[in-house]
Amino acid sequence: MTPSSSVPCVAEQFDDLEQQHRAGTFGIWVFLASEMMFFGGLFGSYLVYRVLHPAVFAAASHALDAKLGTLETAVLLVSSAFMATGVHRSRNGRFGAAAAFLAVTALLGALFVGLHVHEWLGDAEHGHFPGAGFHWSGPEPRPTEMFFVLYFVTTAFHALHVTIGVFVVSTAALVSLRTAVPGPRRQHALEYVGLYWHFVDVVWIFLYPMFYLAGHR
Amino acid sequence: MNALTRPSEDRTIVLVGAALLGLLALTFGAAHLDLGGAGNLVVAFAIALGKAALVGWFFMELRERSRLVVLALGSAIFMLAIATILTLTDYLHR
Repeated sequence: MTPSSSVPCVAEQFDDLEQQHRAGTFGIWVFLASEMMFFGGLFGSYLVYRVLHPAVFAAASHALDAKLGTLETAVLLVSSAFMATGVHRSRNGRFGAAAAFLAVTALLGALFVGLHVHEWLGDAEHGHFPGAGFHWSGPEPRPTEMFFVLYFVTTAFHALHVTIGVFVVSTAALVSLRTAVPGPRRQHALEYVGLYWHFVDVVWIFLYPMFYLAGHR
Repeated sequence: MNALTRPSEDRTIVLVGAALLGLLALTFGAAHLDLGGAGNLVVAFAIALGKAALVGWFFMELRERSRLVVLALGSAIFMLAIATILTLTDYLHR
């Protein structure tokens, strides 16, 4: 497209830009499908233990900070809105504005991870980290510990996805500003990154009530 | 100009964002009501499904309903449904 550009607008294996875009979109969705299977395993484990120990899970859930969990959810939901707006800007060729929106998205993601680490440290202080130091003053400590195993493992894997997302979104923000890359390629790249980010948000949308609101308060 | 570049897209995003935060408040509020053990779970899950649907439909652009995308997403949901249902039929009958 641009004479000195080293990045072609349409890669060699595709007939045209539209086919490339369709392939890329399908590709990222196949990846998201594999991620659904990954988290699905964790969700399935939670479901089994919750069905077997409903009262235990409700009691254990009360030990989590629901207000902090709600704030974390709000942060991610807002970050998704910023990401969607960034993608929209890139569609209108406003790559500078797109980069700004993606930068805010990444910052909100980092805030989410920070809030979560703060939360885990608090849980550990209360002796709720599974393992040798686990301490539970209520009934049925073993199934309760299972709740916390599921909580820490699932939220840790999710936070890992958010952290990776922060790096990817930040990189996408920089790519958005690279004029050597043809506009359509930049726009598509932002779309694919956006899909990953929204998926990570959707996973948390389910995690939040599963762990923080398992029993009525 | 297609559906994805119309100027009202900004307004749509803001409205969807507001709806998501509203559903979040609803989730938090509903958790403080006693709807019976299963009732709370069902309500929370239903609201979560609503939020996920909004993110999927508007932010992930499922409203474009590309067949390949629906195929990928549908396959995952189908596989997860099989895995979850069969796992539960095992554990619930032990």
